[in-house]
Amino acid sequence: MMKTLRRIASTGIVSEDSPDADAALRLRRELHEHILSIIGRALCIRHVDAGSCNGCELELHALNNPLYNIEGLGIRFVASPRHADLLLVTGPVARHMETALLRTFQAIPDPKLVVAIGDCGCTGGVFGESYASCGRVSNVIPVDVEVPGCPPSPTRLIQGILAAVVTRHDAA
Amino acid sequence: MPLHSWIARATPQAGADGLLALRVGRDEWRVLAESVTGARGWLAALWADRQPGCQARVYAAYHAEGQGLVATLAMEAELACPGIEDIFPSAARMQRAMTDLTGVATTASDSRPWLRHSTWPENYHPLVDTLPELPGAAVVDRYEFVRVEGDGVHEIAVGPVHAGIIEPGHFRFSVVGEKVLRLEERLGYTHKGIERLFTDLRAENGNRLAARICGDSAVAFSWAYCQAFEALAGCVPPARAAYLRALYLEIERIQNHLGDLGALGNDAGFAFGLAQFSILKERWLRVTEAACGQRYLMDAIEPGGTRVDLLPDAAKSVASHASSLAIDVRDLREIYDEHAGVRDRFFGAGEVKPSLARRLGLTGIAGRASGQEFDSRIDLPTPPYDVLHPARVVHHGGDVAARVAVRFDELQESCRLVAQIARTLPEGSHRCEPGPASPDTLAVGWIEGWRGPVIVALEVAPDGRVRRCHPHDPSWQNWPALEHAVIGNIVPDFPLINKSFNLSYSGHDL
Repeated sequence: MMKTLRRIASTGIVSEDSPDADAALRLRRELHEHILSIIGRALCIRHVDAGSCNGCELELHALNNPLYNIEGLGIRFVASPRHADLLLVTGPVARHMETALLRTFQAIPDPKLVVAIGDCGCTGGVFGESYASCGRVSNVIPVDVEVPGCPPSPTRLIQGILAAVVTRHDAA
Repeated sequence: MPLHSWIARATPQAGADGLLALRVGRDEWRVLAESVTGARGWLAALWADRQPGCQARVYAAYHAEGQGLVATLAMEAELACPGIEDIFPSAARMQRAMTDLTGVATTASDSRPWLRHSTWPENYHPLVDTLPELPGAAVVDRYEFVRVEGDGVHEIAVGPVHAGIIEPGHFRFSVVGEKVLRLEERLGYTHKGIERLFTDLRAENGNRLAARICGDSAVAFSWAYCQAFEALAGCVPPARAAYLRALYLEIERIQNHLGDLGALGNDAGFAFGLAQFSILKERWLRVTEAACGQRYLMDAIEPGGTRVDLLPDAAKSVASHASSLAIDVRDLREIYDEHAGVRDRFFGAGEVKPSLARRLGLTGIAGRASGQEFDSRIDLPTPPYDVLHPARVVHHGGDVAARVAVRFDELQESCRLVAQIARTLPEGSHRCEPGPASPDTLAVGWIEGWRGPVIVALEVAPDGRVRRCHPHDPSWQNWPALEHAVIGNIVPDFPLINKSFNLSYSGHDL
């Protein structure tokens, strides 16, 4: 027990300042004032891996580490789509995941936001469209913000998530 | 028939060092499998190659008596391939996947599809046929799970979307109260048509796709791919390139082990462990980015060598960080070892006894936690591992605690290796220019990724494109073993047990 306490004390608080929203990642210029007035700044995210290689997942995990500390921004990953405001989708949409992705999207209460993550989520990436892949996320569900990268860094991920929820007025 | 008489017939196999090639007839296919299991060998991979208008071939890669053996069976038209799933249980799903993708049938009794869900027609074989009309709307898959009957038995269906930041797959538990009677997995949700995609690429560019088969093992897959390609191109990367590749591979192993040890602490209710290990991992990723230009080394390895060189200052920084990381990990291990709650959850959970592990062909870190000693870095060493001599890590408990112990031990060894490699990097170029690959020859790359042996089989067409590429992730062997590991455990222990294996969905689903 003493070792644990000593380690906690010597680690201290390592959280870093968060980056600002990157409005350039938005697909829709006018970000629905109505949605933002409901969702505000406390945000619940449901993540769906629609066919990713697991690279983007590694960087999503990093958002919860004490350095990025995304919960400190009032943003939290939740287990049920029914508790979520925002759907975060990684990967090209594998045809085998198309139904599951649609159902998850439908289970999220309105109003909702969708962020597509990674080169695959934004364009289909190296996998493109094929007998097994529907390609980019926006081929299957409407997308509000796209965050490219292979995988995108945690900083880019936060900038993208914030771009979905911070009004242009706030961002400026 | 003893194995040495097969080996006497074998010829050298292009690719990783220590591999042999063997052509067998249809009536010898099962005899060879019996000989391999008689010599305490195991099945490493199984796949098929069928091109329109050509004779189909089935391949099996084995490891026995210190040697890798790649057996080829040329198929006669219309005859099914003899199944070997009763000799090697891990072959069952590989054979089903082979049938889904190439249409080569086997005599196995379980004829359910494995990688094919209902999204494309049964008579379409993606690696052979041209694309038919696909159903326009999303389709719901109906898969026949094995039902468990009896008083009080009920089913819990989980997935494909799981509660967390995890890859998708479906688990069907049959339980009584809290106790798991049976688990059946349904995978294939992340199937992206990778093997078909390879055939659209020029062989010298395949490393980028190989790195994205399984993002957490990008170095292992891209190295195994390049190893196969270089064997066909007659190119031996310079010593510095080999050392840099080994450095990347150990960096990747450290990244994943740090992530897993934190997550395992968390799943045992010890959030302190997750916080500490995720700090260590983040700092390690930043050291990696400063030295190699990427946090995750997706494009670090290219045919002929590595994309970039490592500067002397960067090598020094990586070596010193690896040494200090080893000290932090040792301190955290003491805390894990002394924590009564963590010990209570780790010990005895998800046990796979060494005898069962051998029967199921359990491999990689999970295998080494159940007494299966094989480590490609030691038993089929690719340079520079022949001179680095990594220490072998084996535990026999077979439970979550043993899989945690293997990770702790390997982490120490990888930190030592990183420091050693960074301090003894040979001078010279970090790459050479590979020539054109010789066509219609099979080459096999074999690299010990952090999860276990990663195998890439490659053939190039005369026009320089990939003719057939089959990547194999060790998760193929270990997923079925997870079904055994959870029997008799309580449902709430499943996430912990599952995490202790940490198997790949994407690397398996292809």
